Amino acid sequence: MTAPSPQRPASSATSTRHALPIRELALFGGLALVVLTVFATMGPAYSTRMLVEASCYAILALGLTIQWGYAGQFNAGIMGFVALGGFSATFFSIPVNHAFWASDLPGRLGWVLLAMVVVTAIVFGISRLDRIGVPKLLRTILAIVAGLVGYLVVISWLRSVTGDIESQVEFIGGLGLPVWLGWIVGGALAGGVGYFIGHICLGLRSDYLVIATLGIAEIIKAFLKNSDWLTRGTATISPLPWPVPDPGEVGFLTARALYLSVTVVMIAVIFFLLHRAYHAPWGRMIRAIRDNEVSAAAMGKSINRRRQEIFVFGCILMGIGGAVLTSFNGLFDPQGYLPLNHTFLVLVMVILGGPGNNLGTLFGAVLVYVIWIMSGPMALAVMHAIVALGSHWFDWQPGNLDSRALQARVFVIGLLILLVLRFAPRGLIPEKVAHHN
Amino acid sequence: MNELIYFFNYVVVAGSVTGCIYAIGAVGVTLIYSILRFAHFAHADMMTLGTLAVLLLTLAFPHAGDPLGLPTAIVMLPVAMAFTSLVAVGIDRAFYQPLRSHGVKPIVMVIASLGVTLMLQGLIRLFAGTGSQNLYVDARKEIFRIDVPGVTRPIILTEPQVILFVITIVAVVGLHLFLTRARLGKAMRAMSDNPDLARASGINTRLIITLTWVIAGSLATIAGTLLSLDVAFKPDLSFFLLLPIFAAAIVGGVGHPYGAIAGGFLVGFAETLAVFNWSVLLRPLRDSLPTWLELPSNLALVGTEYKIVVPFFILVAVLIWRPTGIFKGKVI
Repeated sequence: MTAPSPQRPASSATSTRHALPIRELALFGGLALVVLTVFATMGPAYSTRMLVEASCYAILALGLTIQWGYAGQFNAGIMGFVALGGFSATFFSIPVNHAFWASDLPGRLGWVLLAMVVVTAIVFGISRLDRIGVPKLLRTILAIVAGLVGYLVVISWLRSVTGDIESQVEFIGGLGLPVWLGWIVGGALAGGVGYFIGHICLGLRSDYLVIATLGIAEIIKAFLKNSDWLTRGTATISPLPWPVPDPGEVGFLTARALYLSVTVVMIAVIFFLLHRAYHAPWGRMIRAIRDNEVSAAAMGKSINRRRQEIFVFGCILMGIGGAVLTSFNGLFDPQGYLPLNHTFLVLVMVILGGPGNNLGTLFGAVLVYVIWIMSGPMALAVMHAIVALGSHWFDWQPGNLDSRALQARVFVIGLLILLVLRFAPRGLIPEKVAHHN
Repeated sequence: MNELIYFFNYVVVAGSVTGCIYAIGAVGVTLIYSILRFAHFAHADMMTLGTLAVLLLTLAFPHAGDPLGLPTAIVMLPVAMAFTSLVAVGIDRAFYQPLRSHGVKPIVMVIASLGVTLMLQGLIRLFAGTGSQNLYVDARKEIFRIDVPGVTRPIILTEPQVILFVITIVAVVGLHLFLTRARLGKAMRAMSDNPDLARASGINTRLIITLTWVIAGSLATIAGTLLSLDVAFKPDLSFFLLLPIFAAAIVGGVGHPYGAIAGGFLVGFAETLAVFNWSVLLRPLRDSLPTWLELPSNLALVGTEYKIVVPFFILVAVLIWRPTGIFKGKVI
């Protein structure tokens, strides 16, 4: 950790300034060409959908680029924050379940939540007993026993209430509020979880953050998948309302184009804010902490506070991006959140595009998403060709071909991560480190 | 007494089984950590890869174990261990070695290991599909019932569980002897203590790194195969195994092989105790309890579907109160 990272050599190409950013122009020109080709071959409705999804992923990627690129914190649990945002968007936007609110169940659920708060308060109070002279060991034992008993009581009440909800009214339904409110709350929820994780891990080695985020993502997914009373679990919720007119009202292409304009405006706002933050003293301080923690601390910067800030900030963006993505898909399916699609794809976007460079991240997001979407049919075609050869030569007959072909993409994503780390560790559009002589 | 036997079967045996597997996995993680200084996230997939090798060999020679009276999978284990070690060394040479020689930060190595995870996952599912398969091809698990005098319920042990305990003990004792007695083992410990000093005193660090991968690959194969023998081969377990294994390694103190073993058992027993339904044990007391205290039928701390929460909370608790682990790991 102490050796200066050779990833960012001091003699980077930033000292020679071109009048025109040729590299960026060429790359974005190529990207535009690729997108136009997709438009020409796959039709405008399909391609617009692809662009909307790519723009949602761009929000996720911007979230990761500030964590990994600006501050060097790696988050391996993007999927969890996406799922949390998606849940919030769903919960706020779907219609109210009148059967639930007409029954006595909301009251009982409220009592359980109240009991939860009371138990937490009691345990917290007991854990402070040492202030009034109770021996520490006794306090610890008391707190653990009280916590255990209280937890068991509350959880058994909760089980009975949620069981009744599932059997009587299926699930608690939504709030019937505008979608954008759900998006904002989704960001806040993700930020809250990010605060909790960051509070525990950010003072420690960076590896621990990876493990913890990986774990919390699986826990969030398990919770959403198994809480049938809250999310209908594997039964999924659809359709989800859009903030713009539905395809049913104005046709697929117009509706998707309107949605695209919403996401583009969001990206523009986020991009502008990030750009300002990056070039502000705050951004310099974050980079100073990333590049040399010891000297930043010596300059009186509060390392853990700043790290916490940026981690929460990135998680908020991930929550918002996940909410927008889920609303667009029109389906809330907790099992549809996969580490591959929602964590590692975003990782590839960021490290390929250029960590720490917002423009590069946007470029990476769109490019990787287009490749990802197109690689499905391509993988199938390649697989069919291989199997045709295989059965011709060796009489090889594998089953469930399609799912296996899709697994081949996992391999390619992994290989891509390793190749980029090896041969282009700073991405296609590297971060420009300003030097002031 | 019946309740105690039930407790023994469902907590002591099940907890030891899980504990053994986590312990062997965590030892591998912690060894890689102490030599190469990064958290190797591809370890769970190396376990799956080793198991896949065992499965393929078992499918190819389903009756190889019959003369020895052992399951074929156990007979094939050494071959699969050699294969997985070879793959592990190959991965190191192809992907980690170049990054290491560039002197990247440890977190970049972690990301590289995530890339390796994905590659292995893709390959494994390409060849094995995603469904679960039984490692007992053309054979049946033997079940031993031990009757305890005076009790109707017997103690139940299965053949793979017995094999698991034996192999774990052999592996742990073997590793201990290797690390304390063998020349290479001592060199390995020296390198984990201080790589520069080890190199300066003439230890071949390249050889030590290769050896680390061989040991890690072999241990991963053992852990994966024993897990699959006990339940079934599931190609998509990896992220669910990673968290308990890393929790075990961190609880025991990172870079501390004996701590990893203790941590593995701690996490394994904690998981088992948390999903155990305690009301079964309290059932004999039910008649003597006051009427106002009615016991709910389900007193498990967490449902089986939330099992993964347990290692996570152990991890969080350790990171908050004792980030160095129980046995004081080297580095944080």
